[in-house]
Amino acid sequence: MTLEANISGSIRRRLTLQLLGIAAVLAALLFVMVMTYAKQVAEESQDNILSASATSILDSAAIQSGEVTVDIPYSALSMLGNVSDDRVFYRVMADGKYLTGYESLPDAYTAKGRENHRFITSHYLGESIRMVSATRRLSNASGPVEVTVSVAQTLKRQRETLERISTNAAYLGFGFFIAAAVLGVLTAQSAVRPVQTLANSVSRRGPQDLRAVQAPVPGEMAPLVVALNRFMARLKKSLTRSEEFIAEAAHRIRTPLAVLRTQAEIALRRVERPENRAALKEMIRAIDESSRAAGQLLDHAMVSFRTDHLEVKEINLLELADETLERLRPLAEMQDKTLSLHGEELPSIKGDAILIQNALSNILDNAIKYAPQGEDVKITVTHEDKWVVLSVYDQGPGFAPEDIEKLTERFSRGKNAEDTVGSGLGLTIAEEVTQAHGGHLKLSNRTNVRGACVSFYFPQS
Amino acid sequence: MRILLFPSVLIVLLVSLLSARAYEIEQHKVFPASQEAQTLRIISNSDIDIFAPMVEAFQRKYPSVSIDYTVVSSTELMKALYEERQVFDVAISSAMDLQVKLANDGFTKPHSSSVAGLMPDWARWRDHVFAFTQEPASVVYSKSAFEGLEVPTSRQNLISTLRNNPDRFLNKVGTYDIRQSGLGFLFATQDARTSDTFWRLNEVMGSLNAKLYCCSADMISDITTGDLAVAYNVLGSYASARAAKDPDVGILELEDFTTLMLRSAIIPAGAEQPEIAGDFIDHLITASWSEEGADYYPYPKLNHSEVAPNLSLRAIRLGPGLLVYQDNLKRQHFLQEWQNAIIQQ
Repeated sequence: MTLEANISGSIRRRLTLQLLGIAAVLAALLFVMVMTYAKQVAEESQDNILSASATSILDSAAIQSGEVTVDIPYSALSMLGNVSDDRVFYRVMADGKYLTGYESLPDAYTAKGRENHRFITSHYLGESIRMVSATRRLSNASGPVEVTVSVAQTLKRQRETLERISTNAAYLGFGFFIAAAVLGVLTAQSAVRPVQTLANSVSRRGPQDLRAVQAPVPGEMAPLVVALNRFMARLKKSLTRSEEFIAEAAHRIRTPLAVLRTQAEIALRRVERPENRAALKEMIRAIDESSRAAGQLLDHAMVSFRTDHLEVKEINLLELADETLERLRPLAEMQDKTLSLHGEELPSIKGDAILIQNALSNILDNAIKYAPQGEDVKITVTHEDKWVVLSVYDQGPGFAPEDIEKLTERFSRGKNAEDTVGSGLGLTIAEEVTQAHGGHLKLSNRTNVRGACVSFYFPQS
Repeated sequence: MRILLFPSVLIVLLVSLLSARAYEIEQHKVFPASQEAQTLRIISNSDIDIFAPMVEAFQRKYPSVSIDYTVVSSTELMKALYEERQVFDVAISSAMDLQVKLANDGFTKPHSSSVAGLMPDWARWRDHVFAFTQEPASVVYSKSAFEGLEVPTSRQNLISTLRNNPDRFLNKVGTYDIRQSGLGFLFATQDARTSDTFWRLNEVMGSLNAKLYCCSADMISDITTGDLAVAYNVLGSYASARAAKDPDVGILELEDFTTLMLRSAIIPAGAEQPEIAGDFIDHLITASWSEEGADYYPYPKLNHSEVAPNLSLRAIRLGPGLLVYQDNLKRQHFLQEWQNAIIQQ
């Protein structure tokens, strides 16, 4: 079973990126709009003052003794100097003939404008200029004369203004982007919050908690929550069924086997012929093996089930070992074997007490079984680096060195155990339990003396 | 061969003379460098005597620059640069309108000065025109000629004094010939712009058969010799130098208004040493506008605020307004009107 989800992308990241993108586009748009508007305003204000200048020159045009003449007012050009230190050019024409000013200024006949003022942007003496041309009719003795006044100014001031505004607009755009980005990130976070809340509330639940999710969720998540609730209901049902099945199976197998064994023992007392007794003994042995195997299979099924849903609590390993030992003591004494526990108070570990007890009793059971009559089984609880170690020592034949690697595989039995009853699940169970707790199982033979040693390594909490 | 050669040599000589000397030089002096390396060519309408301390102070800072100093009238300066495009590195003139016209019409190079911060904004135009003096247009008179008369304090007073004493002042009144002098033209146009009394004063001076001069120095000389009793619109800075030596010379700054001219420097577009020219202009700015001033600065102390402490002082503003009287039509009209007023025979 994979616990990792198949992750592709993230709603929050996608949402954040999209919002950032939108913010960037809007900031750029804002910059362009401010600049366009600023340019318009700058041009307009320059146009206005050029217009005023041209008008005042035009107003000074008059006919004197049959000739068109202009008396340029001082203010006409000095007003341009008041707002900027741009270069100023002007020209006065009468009926298309040059009268005074800068003769080679460009013409503005084709330019658009308002009323009789026409504006163009052009070049003169190596600089860009903005120019206005205004026209007025004077009447001469020989008929009307059209006087055209053009006033032009270089664009230095306008450029400087625009540069200044562009710097400010850039700051504005950047500030806008930052603000929008912060809001975007916050929005993305708040958008995925219900999902996170749901995920947290589901993953925080204990293994047995399969109630339906009741907390309110946004409408978009309702189908997911409904599906989840339905799924959990089905899971609960199937779990209940399999627990019932395990209990039922244990009962159905063990009880007849117990009856069968009793019957076989009764029969054994009655028969006297050695071959019949041998056959019955063989039968009792087989029944024991089946009963034990059934027990271990059920244990294993239980362990497999529980390791997926550990019920973690603080456990004092010494107390737990003592309890287990007391439970198995009658069995050991029946076989004339002594069980002893050594150890001091140690850091507690986090784990599922039922599982650890189950694993320990399986190992102890093995130890009792393989130890020769009259010998001892010793349990120690010690402390090694970050590990709390529970070791079981027997005085049996030990493990065959070539077996050690594969003994924990399911249904694998060591060479030295062929004449003893067993299913080969005990070590498997012990290993699965230690691994479920983040630890490991170590098998070794005792040095100096005969016997095997099985050590549970649990991480201390 | 010889017959052919002679006229052609003559033509070459003539052409070179014409092209080199079409504008009229008044004075010329070379200030040699202690170790010769480069030459800075200055064209100016400031007299050598007055301006020399500024040049010498510059050469103390830049000993490897020799300075070729040409003095011309302000109109000749305009002619040299605007029409003949003579090569000079710095042009110094009191005719602000001509300096602005040169800058406006593209005859100057910009100079981004490192000491521009010392100057008020109104003392420069477009990084092209840099003013370094403020000089009043004054009335200079001979104290002895005014004996028994009250010294006039305004144009109004001056007009009535002249009008009431025609015998005393006939042929003894002098002013600029504004057809010749760019500075005279500038003063006259600014006067005309400010007050109508200018025209009445010209009428009176005309009726007294006013003498017309090219330059302030000549007017001041004629005051000291007694040829003139009073001279109108004389550069006060020149006059005070003379007044210090001659107790008979009096200087008046009229109370109705006194025009303040800013003498300015530009770098002509054809300058061959624009960098040294820039250094020279920075030197002028530092000498004139820095708070402590310079002991060799030969002009009246500058006033940093735009509004003078004395309200009658009117500083001429650098800017395109000055182009107005340089307009051909306007200039012709003005000169015509002026001639009608002052030349009455």
